[in-house]
Amino acid sequence: MLRIEHLDKQYKTGDRALKDVNLEVPKGQVMALIGPSGAGKSTLIRCVNRLVEPTSGRIFLGDLELAHLGATDLRRARTRMGMIFQEYALVERLSVMENVLSGRLGYVGFWRSFFRKFPQSDIDEAFNLLARVGLDHMADKRADELSGGQRQRVGICRALIQNPDLLLVDEPTASLDPKTSRQIMRLICELCEERQLAAIINIHDVLLAQMFARRIVGLQLGSIVYDGPPENLNPDVLTQIYGEEDWEATIEKVKEEDEELDTAALLNIAKVHPPS
Amino acid sequence: MSQGASIRRWKRPPFIQNPTLRWGLWVGAAIYLSLAFGTMEINWDRVAEGAVRGERFLASFFPPDFVTRWDSIQDGILESLWMTITSTVIGIILSVPVGLGAARNLAYRPVYLFCRGILAVSRTFPEIILAIFFVKLFGFGPFAGFLALSVGTIGFYGKLLAEDIEDMDPVQAEAIKSVGAGWLQWLNYSVQPQVMPRMIGLGIYRLDINFRESAVVGIVGGGGIGATLLTSFDRYEFDSAAAILLVIIGIVMVLEYSSGYIRKWVQ
Repeated sequence: MLRIEHLDKQYKTGDRALKDVNLEVPKGQVMALIGPSGAGKSTLIRCVNRLVEPTSGRIFLGDLELAHLGATDLRRARTRMGMIFQEYALVERLSVMENVLSGRLGYVGFWRSFFRKFPQSDIDEAFNLLARVGLDHMADKRADELSGGQRQRVGICRALIQNPDLLLVDEPTASLDPKTSRQIMRLICELCEERQLAAIINIHDVLLAQMFARRIVGLQLGSIVYDGPPENLNPDVLTQIYGEEDWEATIEKVKEEDEELDTAALLNIAKVHPPS
Repeated sequence: MSQGASIRRWKRPPFIQNPTLRWGLWVGAAIYLSLAFGTMEINWDRVAEGAVRGERFLASFFPPDFVTRWDSIQDGILESLWMTITSTVIGIILSVPVGLGAARNLAYRPVYLFCRGILAVSRTFPEIILAIFFVKLFGFGPFAGFLALSVGTIGFYGKLLAEDIEDMDPVQAEAIKSVGAGWLQWLNYSVQPQVMPRMIGLGIYRLDINFRESAVVGIVGGGGIGATLLTSFDRYEFDSAAAILLVIIGIVMVLEYSSGYIRKWVQ
């Protein structure tokens, strides 16, 4: 679904944030991108939807090459990529519903969006998504009245109503407490599964990454230094990504929680998809 | 074993590091102020005379006479209100594109410099200078006053709008851009909600300013209540002038209170 070839990004300040990154994410795969602050995780996903302009290299979404699109084509391509942000990035003075519907802006004309006259199908979908994340009763609340976890759920709805092929997720849990973090990660992974979405999730919390992603990519100083399943993350690999530290504790903890989680996940899936 | 050697003293570092410059500035300011006050000539005889005259002057304000000139007072007030409202609305409408262009995070460099130029020019001249200018161009009357206030409003509102846009949260704007919104949609969904409450408050504040300025521009020929006030002074009808001043004070207070109330309400 997403293929990145020889991607380079050098900022005007001279910092080389990405060095010859090659990466492929197939349809339906949830990939976690880990690495220390400043490794280039955020730059990488922002290069994909061109909120940051790549210096060189090619990015393919399906067959469409993104790195050299003109303004109109780029707008159209962005509708196919949903983005979820660290600080939720909801427009705080708009209502929950307006925030969700803003995900459809790439599909409706200016006057329709100006008068908030979205097609009925968009409104139905917005209510469906809000109901899915348990916030349909909050539709007319202003976004700044919500708690962190609720805001991130709205952010997820805004990304999904775009009907994207790819989710770009930038530190979704960095501002959330541990329990909410897990709920949000679980929600993102379930929704990707349901809709067969490819996703890149930037996350600095190794534990969470190992718990939820089937594939982990480690970025260090702009280069990929690890690409593989979460089970293969050993102290040597983590040292390579983050530097010297005692990693045994981290890895032990994940193994215990994994078992807990498997049962929890099973119960949860049974709840969400009742056998019909 | 001396204990004193281990004491580490600490003082807050001075704001200006260089001691010569620091003390030089203090001494320079002291010398200038003493010279400035020294050159001020006060003729106490004239002050005493003026005080007596002022007393008589104030006394002739009382009782204020609302009745004799009520018709021209009413006309002046209505004209001032008309001038205030039209110039505020037109000024704000015109200042929106200028303000958008003058926001560094929105506009390309040449557009930015051009719009900043417009704002700088219209802010250089106070309303009274603009009014004198427009009276020379278009003759006496409220039209000149209306133009002066409109231009003043563009400078005021455009600059504050541009600055508010520059201070907005870039992440919210980025999020709306990332969904593939067009430029106008992006303005409507991410910029406008962020700046709107403050802009409504400033609009009402400007209405308040324009009403007070409308009294000033009248004095140089721009029409409105200022013209009526000037006429009453010219005729030595100080009791009518007092009535006009009271009416102006009353309206300004009403605007003041309602603007405070509305600003709280839109937050």
